[in-house]
Amino acid sequence: MTFTEQIITILMVVLGTMLTRFLPFLLFPSGKPTPKYIQYLGKVLPAAVFGMLVIYCLKDVSVFRGAHALPEFAAIMLVIILHYWKRQVLLSIAGGTVFYMLLVQLLF
Amino acid sequence: MSSLKKETKYLPAFKAAFPHTIPILAGFGFLGMTYGIYMSASGFKWWHSTLISITVFAGSMQFVAVNMLLGAFNPIQSLAMTLMINARHLFYGISMLDKYKGTGIKKIYLIFGMCDETFSINYTADAPEDVDRGLFMFFVTLLDQFYWVLGSTLGGIFGSLVHFNTEGISFVMTSMFVVIFMEQWFKDKSHASALLGLGLSAFCLFVFGADNFIIPAMIAILGVLTFLNKPIEKGGSAV
Repeated sequence: MTFTEQIITILMVVLGTMLTRFLPFLLFPSGKPTPKYIQYLGKVLPAAVFGMLVIYCLKDVSVFRGAHALPEFAAIMLVIILHYWKRQVLLSIAGGTVFYMLLVQLLF
Repeated sequence: MSSLKKETKYLPAFKAAFPHTIPILAGFGFLGMTYGIYMSASGFKWWHSTLISITVFAGSMQFVAVNMLLGAFNPIQSLAMTLMINARHLFYGISMLDKYKGTGIKKIYLIFGMCDETFSINYTADAPEDVDRGLFMFFVTLLDQFYWVLGSTLGGIFGSLVHFNTEGISFVMTSMFVVIFMEQWFKDKSHASALLGLGLSAFCLFVFGADNFIIPAMIAILGVLTFLNKPIEKGGSAV
């Protein structure tokens, strides 16, 4: 990607982010009830999007090539266990990342 | 005289806002540092991290944007993905319509800086009676962004000065989204939507491949959620 293309990409991210932050204030002047469908999406969409992002992070991992996704599987298990156990966001993230780095640098 | 009056108005608002942001100082300091290190491990300069943290100011999105910058140029997909990932802000905005009312010119920055953490403070915390409400929320927003920009700048500088084996550091993004996914899971009564997000995305990844699956996955998620509007709202037992 050229520098200009990188700038355009970041501008797209800025534009997208600002649209999601400013749109409600432009579309729904306070006092009017929010459409039912929008309220419904507000309840159900986040969970689905976070699920999609987990898959997105794993998109280049293959169970057929290389380490057969073993480091990813082991590190995700650790994140889940740590987070169930302690419920400390930063501990879970740091623990999983450091464990994964050790796995790919020393074992696989 | 007028400058003295201004000072007496700003300082109490700052003092009231600061304690609410201390947990964010730790969180954004850590995640911002990680972002800066990840950026420099990906070949970017420290000031790239600084500039992106000032202009974008959306944590998880900035991690995804690193991937975008390293991949093929695809502005439409970048925009679509940003809209989808940040769609939750729409609902923050809807919740803040009344709270941000009457805050004057500061309202533009309040909306610009409305990330997850700032929203949760401004939505739940009330300014003390004798403190200007708009200024209180303004300082919450400003302090949170300051921590984020500071963290990512320090991380970028650290990453460029200290050379250690960064192989596997990109997994920070995976860990982060697994944790966010779990937090959302604990909050939700019905897990239909979470499972749909995982399942439909995995299916689209299998069918369309790593470079082309995200837009079909977004369409599938929106389509199925719209189609299931009634069953899920009733409690999710139908899915």
